[in-house]
Amino acid sequence: MDDTRAIHLHVNGEHRHCDVAPRQHLVDFLREDLGLTGSHLGCEHGVCGACTVRLDGQIVRGCLVLAVQADGRSVETVEGLTDSGAARDLQDAFVARNALQCGYCTSGMLMAAVELLETRPDATREEVRVWISGNYCRCTGYQAIVDAICDVLAARRSAAAGVSV
Amino acid sequence: MNAPERLPAALPDVAADQRYIGVAVPRPGARRLVEGRGSYVDDIRLPRMAHVVYWRSPVAHCRIVRIDRDYARLMPGVLGVFDGADVARICAPWVATLGHLAGMKSAPQHALALERACWQGEPVVAIVAETRVQAEDALQYLQVEWEALPAATHMETALAAETPVIHPELGDNLCFTRALDTGGVDDAFARADVVAEATFHFGRHTGVTLEPRCQIADWNPGEQRLTVYHSQQAPHMMQDLYARQFGLAESAVRVICKDVGGSFGIKVHAYPDDFATVAVAMLLKRPVKFVADRLESFTSDIHAREHRIHGRIAASKAGDILAFEIDDLTGIGPYSMFPRTSAIEGNQVVNLTGGPYKHQQYRAQLKVVFLNKTPTCQYRGVGHPIACAVTEGLVDLAAAKLGFDPLAFRQRNVIPDDAYPTSGASGIRLEGLSHEECLRRIDTLIDYPALLAEQAVLREQGVHRGIGFAALIELTNPGAAFYGVGGARIAAQDGATIRLEPTGGVTVMVSVGEQGQGSEGIFAQIAADAVGVAMDKVRVVTGDTDVTPYGGGTWASRGAGIGGEAVLQAGLALQQNILRVAAAILQRDIAELAVRRDAVIDMATGASLMPLAELGRVAYFRPDTLPPGFTPELMVTRHYAQRDYPFIFTNGVQASYVEVDTETGFVKLLKHWAVEDCGRVVNPMLVDEQMRGAIVQGIGGALYEECLYDDHGQLLNGSMADYLVPMSGEMPDIVVAHVQTPTKSSQLGAKGAGEAGTAGAPAAVMNAINNALRPFDAAVFSQPFTPEKILRALGKVT
Repeated sequence: MDDTRAIHLHVNGEHRHCDVAPRQHLVDFLREDLGLTGSHLGCEHGVCGACTVRLDGQIVRGCLVLAVQADGRSVETVEGLTDSGAARDLQDAFVARNALQCGYCTSGMLMAAVELLETRPDATREEVRVWISGNYCRCTGYQAIVDAICDVLAARRSAAAGVSV
Repeated sequence: MNAPERLPAALPDVAADQRYIGVAVPRPGARRLVEGRGSYVDDIRLPRMAHVVYWRSPVAHCRIVRIDRDYARLMPGVLGVFDGADVARICAPWVATLGHLAGMKSAPQHALALERACWQGEPVVAIVAETRVQAEDALQYLQVEWEALPAATHMETALAAETPVIHPELGDNLCFTRALDTGGVDDAFARADVVAEATFHFGRHTGVTLEPRCQIADWNPGEQRLTVYHSQQAPHMMQDLYARQFGLAESAVRVICKDVGGSFGIKVHAYPDDFATVAVAMLLKRPVKFVADRLESFTSDIHAREHRIHGRIAASKAGDILAFEIDDLTGIGPYSMFPRTSAIEGNQVVNLTGGPYKHQQYRAQLKVVFLNKTPTCQYRGVGHPIACAVTEGLVDLAAAKLGFDPLAFRQRNVIPDDAYPTSGASGIRLEGLSHEECLRRIDTLIDYPALLAEQAVLREQGVHRGIGFAALIELTNPGAAFYGVGGARIAAQDGATIRLEPTGGVTVMVSVGEQGQGSEGIFAQIAADAVGVAMDKVRVVTGDTDVTPYGGGTWASRGAGIGGEAVLQAGLALQQNILRVAAAILQRDIAELAVRRDAVIDMATGASLMPLAELGRVAYFRPDTLPPGFTPELMVTRHYAQRDYPFIFTNGVQASYVEVDTETGFVKLLKHWAVEDCGRVVNPMLVDEQMRGAIVQGIGGALYEECLYDDHGQLLNGSMADYLVPMSGEMPDIVVAHVQTPTKSSQLGAKGAGEAGTAGAPAAVMNAINNALRPFDAAVFSQPFTPEKILRALGKVT
């Protein structure tokens, strides 16, 4: 039952060629085969969002996608997001606002927030609350996370408008 | 989103050049977590590490007839299949009782069930394989023959003659009972002008830590030493328990707690699978990892809060509360949970009900009964949310009957701020609280008159909003009264070791660990101020029994108050030792010197005399230049135990503003406020965030969360899709303000802040809902307050 398939994919910009079991989930592949432990497993049935990663630029639940489905595609995890610096302002805002406590939900929350920042730059506070409603956080009560994302939305809007912040 | 006056006038400083204590500095540990560089147990891989999965009882109560492991044993990668007898040969059973809970009883419990399993989810067989996938594959081929036994699944009938006795040797299903009576209750009720009563139900719920329970047990036969990487709150407690249950020397056990993905009390208990995982690691002589899956979490993490309470309140026409009376029935699991026991929660309800008020008469009856359901134990708030909801629900009923405004009624009846120290009617000793000040503050914080006016206007338009209050007390900074006096080997004291490094940095090792609260952050703040260095010079180490001083760890809101005081004392002592070294090097009188901002200075002129990096260089590398007979002591340890009171109580008040849709029964949370007094606030941002997170957990219990069972003891909602917790879209913004009444039992003056939010939120939300429903003469007292229950109360469904 553990016959493998060869897959070729880009993970955080690096080309990888791996043999994976067809039943292996993407997040298990990332964590166990590649050692990318920044994505976490909270429920393994697509509810909590802790395993959220980007597949060809779109956020997916790493526990609901099989590794073989990533064949020929591009995956980005929190490690890649950190190295690229693309969400440094968001990560800084999370630290400044204490928008994390235990940190277990944080990588998934960041992934979800990055997609919001990119696709809905004019999101309101209420829209931010709704957007991240697919991600469990059991520690913060969410307000600091909402604050952090709203800070970055405002800063990016100001920067885009040519206003110094 | 914070309150306009977030902090009251500053308290006197505890350090000569205080720059961090009391300031909202971000915690240093957060950075690596936002970069995905945490180290949770499941991230750790050891050489030759195997994986264990458990076959758990599929029913509430069964006799294990036969276990056929042959097929499973033959599956690829399987290293061993172990049953209860295998494990019992090296791991002793336990009975979880406490000596100070008179008459409490429980039955011996094994790491893996022997002959009989007593709840759905009890571990019975362990399968170990090279990989988790292989272990789970093999689990499908394990054949267990079992015979269902009648189960006790309802607390109301647990003591009835027709209900099976779970452990016949105990005689009945009664774990613990307690009665408290001040003596004049009947008289108080007889002369009362107003008596109000209600029956309150609290749904059984659980903590749902996002990271499941997990551990790696690593037995090294070569050094006869056990190392356990554990997602846990109390490493020294687990070290002691592993040593005792396996007959090892304490020094042969090391417990390491790195990043913990949420705990909330769920991870402060010793679970049967904790011991089973250690046992299979010892039997196989290789490291074994266990990570619970989510179904296992729901059926084997401790549950809490299943209570039914009949409550009564007596009050005079003038508006004085005369007495409270409660009758509490609570259903636990088939065993009392090890080692803190399943009787503490009910005991707390008895101690805490009526806590904020100055009535003199109180009577309580408590029955704790065994059920064939998941064991229960201490979860964030431990009894407080129950006691607070009963108290505050009754207070609102009395106020309404008397025609008093609920806030004014509370102002009239709370123990006055100038009455301390004093004792509550239940006998609890209260050092110093600020109910009156907190109530004054909430009045202005929420702009109560404006809210009332808005509520009235909207009512005319058919929009039903409610304002609910909850005053509360919270037990923090416990002394040995909680567990130690009852014989549990759970440290009431904690320690901090602090070392000046040669380059002028400071390393602090503390026995209280970090599960996300920011403990390490505040320890760094305290250490920096106490020694006189910049915060970025401080490194904090926690969570390793080989490294830190001995201590209790994280529970009962004690991290800041107990651990923080140990750090403060260690830091101040190190500063003195630094000055001794400086005096020796500089040939100056120590009284002329001080440590300020990483240097030794001349007190008189403020001139910098020697950077700490230079002092460290001389002390560590050129001791030959020091006066004969003088030895620098640049590492010191200090311990602290709170011994003045059994507990140091905090207080606060919360307000909730809700809108109830009387057609659908849905409750919309509009806003929530909290005024809290945790003594000295070491970091206002972290306290605010503790309050907010705890309030949202309390709201979860009030509105959504419940472990639902059928009549056979089957959990019906063991997945995150079916067990609802608060998500961001439904949660309100929460405004937090502080009053600071420092405890005199320590120099730091900090009390705990981690649980008050959970304590008060359910009561505030309940009172807000009932305030909204008042025009309909309807009320709800059964948590969670689902739309269905609200529609039933409104008579819209039957």
